[in-house]
Amino acid sequence: MDWNFIIFSVVKIAIVIGAVQFFAAYAVLVERKVSAWIQDRVGPNRVAPPFVKYIPVVGPVLTRMGVFQPLADGLKFLLKEDFTPAGVRKAYFWLAPMISIIPSMIVVAVVPFGSYIGHQKMVIADLNVGILYTFGIVSLGVYGIVLAGYAANSKYPFLGGIRSSAQMVSYEISMGMSVIPVFLIASSLNLSQVVNWQAQHGWMLIYAPLSFVIFLVASFAETNRTPFDLPEAETELVGGYHTEYSSMKFALFFLAEYSNMVAASGMMVTLFFGGWTLPFWGLDQSAASFAGDKALLIGIAQILVFILKMVVLMVVFIWVRWMWPRFRYDQLMDLGWRRFVPLALVNILITAIVLWATS
Amino acid sequence: MAITVNRRPLTFWEKLYLPAIVGGFKVTARHLVRSLFGGKTVTMEYPEQKWTVPENYRGAPYLVKDQDGKTKCVSCQLCEFVCPPKAIRITPPGPTGQIADRPNAEKMPEEFEINFLRCIYCGLCQEVCPEEAIFLLKDYSITGQSRDELIYNKEKLLALGGVHPGIQKWKHKLEEAKDQENFPVKV
Repeated sequence: MDWNFIIFSVVKIAIVIGAVQFFAAYAVLVERKVSAWIQDRVGPNRVAPPFVKYIPVVGPVLTRMGVFQPLADGLKFLLKEDFTPAGVRKAYFWLAPMISIIPSMIVVAVVPFGSYIGHQKMVIADLNVGILYTFGIVSLGVYGIVLAGYAANSKYPFLGGIRSSAQMVSYEISMGMSVIPVFLIASSLNLSQVVNWQAQHGWMLIYAPLSFVIFLVASFAETNRTPFDLPEAETELVGGYHTEYSSMKFALFFLAEYSNMVAASGMMVTLFFGGWTLPFWGLDQSAASFAGDKALLIGIAQILVFILKMVVLMVVFIWVRWMWPRFRYDQLMDLGWRRFVPLALVNILITAIVLWATS
Repeated sequence: MAITVNRRPLTFWEKLYLPAIVGGFKVTARHLVRSLFGGKTVTMEYPEQKWTVPENYRGAPYLVKDQDGKTKCVSCQLCEFVCPPKAIRITPPGPTGQIADRPNAEKMPEEFEINFLRCIYCGLCQEVCPEEAIFLLKDYSITGQSRDELIYNKEKLLALGGVHPGIQKWKHKLEEAKDQENFPVKV
């Protein structure tokens, strides 16, 4: 048994899960703030622990930006009554939030969020089949939603569950096919090696722009965000699959949704935006190729670069939500099956032909 | 008859919806920048900023005093009878009670209570009052820590209502009587 490996893995897992939760919590705040600004409102600007008002300048600014809002939200979720409606199927009702949150938490395991710190590779599991793992796990996410819709024994969650199963299964296909050209070009399924390839040749976005467009749209659909938020469409389905949930169970769904967003952003950064690399200041080389303090510095800087890119993409996710209306159900299916699937197939074909011709 | 609207078919560029998407980005980005950096939000941050109450606003009903600071209410109990949610309760002085503190009146209420948990701010009490003693003023944020706190008694209502020198019923009656002399009324 390699204790070193186990200890460092546990530490990395703890940090990554913590970071994902943190980003999910603050994505909610950013969501509320951005939506407020887009709609000419102010957004959350009151919550603050009592001591904050004694801090000059910084305190009021932090309060105004709603920095403490996620704490209050979390506390509210914990303290609310965990109500179980009379008609639900209890076992599934309890199981659904768990099934929903677990895939969104473990999908980040294969995403390389940095190169090296010390001798530790900054990825939890450096799998050679990284992308297959990701798709395997992501497709599990739909079960939580379907189960929640079924277990609630109520029409709105049921409709939400049906919609989500149709939507997520449809877009899973175009999503899976959209990334095949990426791996054809990088000639590896290992995400770390995809990042390394991009460090040498430039961002994948330049080589496979169509893949990126399809992947972006499909990840909007996979994370149930507007314009693909049919499973939870508040205006039609009173909240969709989580209508009957309250308290921490609802919070788990909420957290799962935002963690999915974090994971999707991380995935896109890895696949199309060069992961933890930047083409200047030596950030495009693995930190292992430096020595001493500089290696540590570069390692940390690369993690920050990754986070920065991810945050930018998450803001795009949020921005889009407050801009576009929801798709009609038939339009959604039409777009998924009759536009993106053929487009992804053509994309694979063209990429393969070009690679074959130039090799 | 059905009207046929000739709609121009969408061009290929428009069918891609890209111009619409870019347009959407522009609009939302403009609003975001405007409210984030320009501070041009429509939100009124309530406890700090308050709105200007309109002239004809129906706020909380209070008892008002006349120009001499005397109680106008004569304890006729019309407002108590008309009040739809039965929010008003008047205790009349009775035959042996205290007499009114102003001329032109025989009595004034011994106690006058308005329960603001029940009041619906309809303004019927103001409409029905023959003495112009109760008015819906502009207070709108009536809050309290307990139910008892929200039952306002005569003293409190009179203090909140204050003196309204402009409201002088008997003077108005006199003017109206004079106006009757030169009938028809010229406006």
